[in-house]
Order: sequence, then structure tokens, then C-alpha cells
Amino acid sequence: MLKYLLKRLVQMIVVLFTVSVIVFLVMSFTGDPVLMIVPPTATDAQIAEARTALGLDRPLWVQYGVFLQNLLRGDLGVSYIFKRPALTLIVERMPATLELVFFSVLLSLAVALPCGVYAGARPNSPFSRAVMGGSLLGISLPSFWVGILLIFYFAVEKGLLPSSGRGATAPLFGIPFAFLTWDGFRHIVLPAVTLALGTLAMLIRLIRAQIMEVMRQDFIRFARAKGVSWRSLFFSHALKNALVPVVTVFGMQIGSLIAFATVTETIFAWPGMGKLLVDSINTADRPVIVAYLMIVAAMFVLINFIVDIVYTLIDPRIDLR
Amino acid sequence: MSAKKEGFFKSEFFHNFVRSPGALAGLFIVTFFVVLVTAGPLFTPQNPYDIGSLDLMDAFKPPVWMEGGDPAFVLGTDDQGRDLLSAMVYGSRISLFIGLSVVVLSCVLGTFLGLVAGYFGGRLDSLLMRVVDIQLSFPAMLVALFIMAAFGRGLGKLVTALTIVGWVLYARTVRGSVLVEKKKEYVDAARLIGLSPFPIILRHVLPNILTPLIVIATIHVGTVILTEATLSYLGVGVPVTRPSLGLLVKNGYDVLFSGLWWSSVFPGMFIMLLVFGINLLGDFLRDEFNPRLK
Repeated sequence: MLKYLLKRLVQMIVVLFTVSVIVFLVMSFTGDPVLMIVPPTATDAQIAEARTALGLDRPLWVQYGVFLQNLLRGDLGVSYIFKRPALTLIVERMPATLELVFFSVLLSLAVALPCGVYAGARPNSPFSRAVMGGSLLGISLPSFWVGILLIFYFAVEKGLLPSSGRGATAPLFGIPFAFLTWDGFRHIVLPAVTLALGTLAMLIRLIRAQIMEVMRQDFIRFARAKGVSWRSLFFSHALKNALVPVVTVFGMQIGSLIAFATVTETIFAWPGMGKLLVDSINTADRPVIVAYLMIVAAMFVLINFIVDIVYTLIDPRIDLR
Repeated sequence: MSAKKEGFFKSEFFHNFVRSPGALAGLFIVTFFVVLVTAGPLFTPQNPYDIGSLDLMDAFKPPVWMEGGDPAFVLGTDDQGRDLLSAMVYGSRISLFIGLSVVVLSCVLGTFLGLVAGYFGGRLDSLLMRVVDIQLSFPAMLVALFIMAAFGRGLGKLVTALTIVGWVLYARTVRGSVLVEKKKEYVDAARLIGLSPFPIILRHVLPNILTPLIVIATIHVGTVILTEATLSYLGVGVPVTRPSLGLLVKNGYDVLFSGLWWSSVFPGMFIMLLVFGINLLGDFLRDEFNPRLK
């Protein structure tokens, strides 16, 4: 086990290193950061001076060395727009994104588990067919459009729920969260529903397919022949085995939710790190883009690692190499 | 040819297809869009890119069935007097064009690399699969967003970015299938009669792994159209001069609060309908080609 953990740790570092090289290279071929910093009235001599001061006249590999060194010290540069460290900006906005993702996860699980399990157990019932049709429609929906429809109906037409911002927050362990206040909770409803929809539809289809797959297997037929009741067969034999791969995909989905939060946060003006990314792209705020990518890459690598560990823990057949 | 055609109409595939309401609905929707984007521009009332044909007097017109609607503008107009239906026809064109070109490019690239990696194995194979693994551990949307953020908006750039995130699906699937096929006797036989690797790969292995490819490619068209719409919505996709359906939704959202709900609702409905149709077909194909379900 320890050997496996060490091996995975090395792999994680290699992946993050690769990501840092790619992000650095791609970003250095685009735009000129010097022009973002100097005032528009600067003379050529002043621009050249600024370039030297920033170290941007040195060879690319030296620049990467500096970048990596700073990265390891937790220094990801200063935002051109906010004039504050990019890392601080992102860390400040992280709780907002995480709470949005958390509620979407909760919502999609609460709906997808019962629906998917039922559709897998009774694939031919009218309800299951409706669920399957609905979930196919769900994966075809552009999430930003759903957000717009929800805003139009619930906020503009009915005035029931707020359409933008995060509302009031209350601290938990010193971190401000919106869901702890009634006003904040009202703000989270529409974005969380929007974000959950795609994952929910995908999970339903996955869970159903897994259950149907397991129900066809020999050990189920054997248990059936042995006279195990349908209820116990389904819940203690089939369900347990069907949900193992769901855990992996679900872990991947959390990463994808963080990515799609950029869209949802932009629509609902939710002050999370995804909206910060989109704003930074529009203002060409390079340090913030780089910092976001590095932090999110680290999060994904960590999530994948945790998923792998959980997977080996719940499925004894997986052997640690 | 005619015997072959007759064979198709008597095949199990055709038999199942005409009896599947989902597949027929999918075919209907996709055909509708194909006709719309090829013939539609001939009879749309306006060329939405021709600024000269716009008249500000036509701005803010609601759809024809609402009070104040104008029969010339069936789905209403935007804040500049642009006919929404015309814009949607041209937008569908761009969305479908991007969807199809990205799928063709990633399919060719991914299949080729997957075939080579799977057949030859070795160092190339492990390098390629490492790249695929790393890339698949990041959501495609985010990778595409990053590429577009770096290179700026543009049709060619968008197709390139979506191909860079798309080829891995094909490479992984093809490689897996090749590893299975490689052990079969017909490959040994082809080798024994002295064929060199590339004819074997292209003329013997490739035809045998086409079915999973068709399924992936079909569903991929829908995914690409959705991703493209999302990127364009975020303002990093197609240029403003070539609005796809996603950009139309964004433009519509900007005027939503002045009451022009139609200019974001209808383009979005088009995206949903198009992707839903493609997914219906993809779903049918997957069930049909999956031997385990039979």
C-alpha cells in the first residue's frame, strides 16, 4: 500500500509539472504582459525598461525557472487588474465555488440515485422510460440556457428567487458561506439547480446501465435460483456491485462541476473563482488565469487520487500495483 | 448495388430502426436541421450579416403571435432590428459546421494514433496513452476554455481547440479495440501472406473496429456543439461577426431584462433540439451495436 501511495505521489507531481510547463508555454506565446502593466503613454524606452525589470527579456527557460521557483513558494504573481496576489484572489473566492459545487452534488445524487436505481430495476415501466427520455434531454441541454430560463421565470416573471450574487454570508470556521443565512440560501438555489442538471442526467443513465449490467450476471441468476427474495437480491446483491464504478465516475464529475461552475457563476454573477477566471480572460489578466489553472489542476489531481484510493477500498478485486 | 440496397432494407438494423420511435425522431430532427442549414438561407427574409439590410425601425419586434408582432419576422427581432429566425438559420449553420469538422478531424487523428499505438505497442504506445490519461483527467470544457483564452476567439482556433480536446476519446477506444483484434487469426493470416503493417492496419483491422467509432462519433457531434455553444456564450468562441447559436443566446441574454425574452429562448431551444436529435440517434446506435445487450 505504501509503495502504491508513493508511486501515485510521484505520478501526481509529474502531471502537475507537465501542466505547469504547458500553461507557462502557452501563456508566454500569447499577448505581451508588459503592455498590460505600463501606462498607455509609456515610451519605447520605458517599455523596454519594464521588460527588463520583469525579467521578460531573458530566455524562455530562465523565465520558466523563475516561474517554477515562485510557484513552489506559493507566489503566483500579482493581478494586473486588482493589484493583489493572484493566489489570494482565488483562495478568497474558493468557498463560494465549493459551496455551489457541494449543493449541486447533493442535489444530483438525491435525484439520480432513486431514479437511476428504479430505471435499472424496472427498465420497461412507463416511469423508467420517462426518466430515460428526460435524462437524454438533460444531457442535451445547454446549461447556460437553462440558467437563463430559470432567471427569466423565477426571478423576472415571478420574483420568487434572486437572480444574481451570493446574498448574505455567515462564517463557519472563519470562512464565509452563503447557505448558512436564509438570504444566501435563496441565492444558491437557482445556480445549484442549473449546475446540477447535466451531472444529474448523466448519473441517472450511468446508474441504470450499471444495474442492468449487474442484473444479467451469473451470481444474480444463482442467487435467484437459490430462492433469495427479489428485494434482498436487489438491495444486498445487485446494488452494492452496481455502485462501485459509479463512485469513480462521480469523482470525475466533481472535477467537471468545478469546470462548469465557470459558466454557472458567470450567468448568476456568483462571486466564485470560476467567474473570476472568465472575467480575467476577458481582461487578459494573465497571472490570475495561470494561478487558476494551476490550483484547479492540483485539485483535479487530488480528486483523482482520492477516487482511486476509495475505489481500491470498496472493491477488493482491484489490486494495487 | 441494388442487391446490396435490398439487403439493407431487409437487415435487422433497418428493421429495428423503423420500429424505434427514438431513432426515427432523431433522424427527423437531424434531417430537419440539415435541410435548414443547406436550403434555409435561400428563403430567410434577411441576411443577418448584411448590416445594410437591417432597419432600426424593425427593432424590438416580438414573435408574430404576440401583440405587435410582424409577419415578416416570425420569431421577432433583436435590439438592432435583426430577424431572429434568419440569425438562427445562419447560427445553426456555424454550429453544425463546427460540430462536423471537429468530429471528422478528431476522428481521423485519434483513430490513426490509436491504430498505430495499439498495433505497434512499445514506447510510442505508452507515451501516447500517458498523454491521453493526463488529458482525460481534466474536463474537456476547461482545456478548451484555456486554449481559447490563450489564442483568442476565431472559427479556426475554435475548431483546433475542440479537436485537441476531442481526439483522445477516439485514440483510447481504437487502441483498446486494436489490442483485441491484433490477437485474432485474420491478422496473423494477413501477416503470413506478407502484407506490411500499414495495409493490415488500414484494410483489415480498421473495418473491424468501425462500430464503436460510429457510436462515439455520433454522440461526439452533440458534445462538440454543446461545448462550442458554451465557449461562445462565455465570449471565447466564435467571433462576433459569425454568431453561432451559443453566441445568439448570449446576445439575447444581454437584452433579456429589457423584455426581449425571445432572442435568448429560441436560439437555445434550437441548440437543445439539435443536440437532442443527435443524442437520440447516438443512443439507438449504441444499443444496436452493443453485443452484450442482445
